Amino acid sequence: MRIGLFITCLVDAMRPSIGFATISLLEAAGCEVIIPEAQTCCGQPGFNSGDRASGTALGLAFLRDFENFDAVVAPSGSCIGMIRDYPALFKDDPALQTRFQTLTNRCYELTDFLVNHAPHTLSPGQSDLAVSYHDSCTGLRQLGVKSQPRTLLASQGVEVREMKDAEICCGFGGTFSIKLGDIATQMADKKCTHALETACDAIVGGDLGCLLNIEGRLRRRGDTHTQVKHVAEILADSLAQAPSEPS
Amino acid sequence: MKVSSGEFKGNARKQLADAALQSNLRRFGGGFADRRRDALVKVDDFESLRDRAASIRAEVLENLDYWLLKFEAEAQRRGTQVHWAETGAEANQILLNIARQAGVQRVVKSKSMVSEESGLNDVLTEAGMTVTETDLGEYILQLAGEPPSHIIAPAIHKSRDEVSDLFVKHHGTPRTDDIPALCEEARGQLRPHFLAADMGVSGGNFLIAETGSVTIVTNEGNGRMVTTLPRVHVAMTGIEKVLPTLEDLSAILRVLPRSATGQDITNYVSILTGIRDDGAMDGPQENHVILVDNGRSQLLGSDLHDALRCIRCGACMNHCPVYQNIGGHAYGWVYPGPIGAILTPAYLGLDKALDLPQASTLCAACEVVCPVRIPLPELMRVLREQELTQGLRPWHERLSIRLWRWLALHPRLYAFAARWGTRALRWLAGKDRLLHRLPGLDGWTEGRDMPAPQGETFRDQWRRKQSADRKIIPIRVGSSQSKKTAGLEK
Repeated sequence: MRIGLFITCLVDAMRPSIGFATISLLEAAGCEVIIPEAQTCCGQPGFNSGDRASGTALGLAFLRDFENFDAVVAPSGSCIGMIRDYPALFKDDPALQTRFQTLTNRCYELTDFLVNHAPHTLSPGQSDLAVSYHDSCTGLRQLGVKSQPRTLLASQGVEVREMKDAEICCGFGGTFSIKLGDIATQMADKKCTHALETACDAIVGGDLGCLLNIEGRLRRRGDTHTQVKHVAEILADSLAQAPSEPS
Repeated sequence: MKVSSGEFKGNARKQLADAALQSNLRRFGGGFADRRRDALVKVDDFESLRDRAASIRAEVLENLDYWLLKFEAEAQRRGTQVHWAETGAEANQILLNIARQAGVQRVVKSKSMVSEESGLNDVLTEAGMTVTETDLGEYILQLAGEPPSHIIAPAIHKSRDEVSDLFVKHHGTPRTDDIPALCEEARGQLRPHFLAADMGVSGGNFLIAETGSVTIVTNEGNGRMVTTLPRVHVAMTGIEKVLPTLEDLSAILRVLPRSATGQDITNYVSILTGIRDDGAMDGPQENHVILVDNGRSQLLGSDLHDALRCIRCGACMNHCPVYQNIGGHAYGWVYPGPIGAILTPAYLGLDKALDLPQASTLCAACEVVCPVRIPLPELMRVLREQELTQGLRPWHERLSIRLWRWLALHPRLYAFAARWGTRALRWLAGKDRLLHRLPGLDGWTEGRDMPAPQGETFRDQWRRKQSADRKIIPIRVGSSQSKKTAGLEK
């Protein structure tokens, strides 16, 4: 299965290890991973700021770069959510809209892909980590990503301790986190409190934007030890510790 | 009412710093949300009830003029006088004329958000009448001189202690903080007002076209007294509130209380039709309905059309993390929360509420609970688009969006910018690999650190790894050629 990996801007710039973790997970699940180099951004920061052209222009770029794969995967529910919105932006051009629909129907958030669409399941692991999982909004509400990361973490022996209000937004919201920073900070603060109440080793999520927001607040609160990790990193670490061939 | 929707950021900051409010918000927290969730467990297929409610509301808006005229004819046939007001001020004037003609001195009110839009109480008071709010929350706020902060629980921002203080101050009674005792006290205070009032003013949750009825959905019983005891009753409500039939009302009532308070049904559902029959014991001798436009008809057929489906349940604000952190007053007008972030700019003008459509993470918690499936995040995005195209955003924001889009459409430059941007951030970060201050991004760094980039960008690492591994991968750099293969000219 040929997978086009959409790496996402934040992973590219801020935490490339998530990208490499994603590649190893996809390969372990029996995929051939290809990274089209011309990819940039899904367009969401501009689109959600009211710039429709960001959505359409970058949508066309995405179509150009990713149309010829069996599936497209990104380690982000947020970016995939934006991508799934492309067809609606091309209502005036039915032929183009159909191409977008065909493409975006096979674009998946990483954990959703690994659980529901990958050729192989990941081989089990024996991690002794206890984590608390933050459900990022777009993945959860638009894509239905809820059980998938938990299933994968459980398969690696990772204990997931549910925090209070795991489904409530952490306050990132893209440019919201800067435009209305004080509200965002208080939302992030509540998220940190609820996560820490579980006495977890790490706060884990599937979207780097949320993780930067949560970690940023956590560090400002003076917590230097609780890890804030992308689910791909946790899973890839576990696989690397217990190397075995996919079934 | 005083409008401060243009000062949302400052309002929100104040509310975040208000310890008493924060404690009240935390205490109440997701109370309504929890009750809604518990109520839905008892319903077989709530999603199909939402579908039905949404389609009823959508269909009635398609032929709003027809249903309103039908309502008018049926109401008139039963002795109700129907008035049309284009603005809030016009609605107030109509009501004032009715009051003057009927020689009204004392007015009792049950909850009407439209009368908050029009600032009715001030107008009646200035005309020399006494106005008493009889919904407990509204009564508390009238004593406090504050506007509502929630559309169904107007005094939700007030603690029991604050209410006790208000009652001592205004009633001169001994202090109690026992809630039933406080309710009893308010009841005792309100009773004489009900009995003495010449006019009752209510809102209208729904107008029923087939019977010319006004429906009010309440929990306290005050609505019944307001609409039946005084000799004159006036319902003031928005033109979008019409439903074709009682059957439709029944379908809507399956989702409204459950979405609002988690009740299967409210304590009172009153369907008010016409005037007192000859020989009947109660009911108004004069019954009026003022149908208020106040900006609504401009939304019909516009990109914001779907907002008119709203049945005012408050579920969007009950589930909104932004509302839950700042309360309703920050929004600066009658309607707070996600629906307020749409209706306020729509009714008052986008330039008067610039921050409201931005006051959302677009988390969609509102959208998934809205009983009539209003696409609230999408409508906020539409308003953001209007702000941008009308040049209402700050110049630096407009410039950075354009610049960013241009960069994102030029992959090599984008990669270059990412490479040097991350280098700069790493250089700026301290030994703890955190950025404590970022020029131009104070909004972030005031309350949070920014974790520094890990190292080289993914692309740079990947490219190096590829050349080291000598692994063949299709690298598609030239974008012009790829464009042609995709068959896209634009």
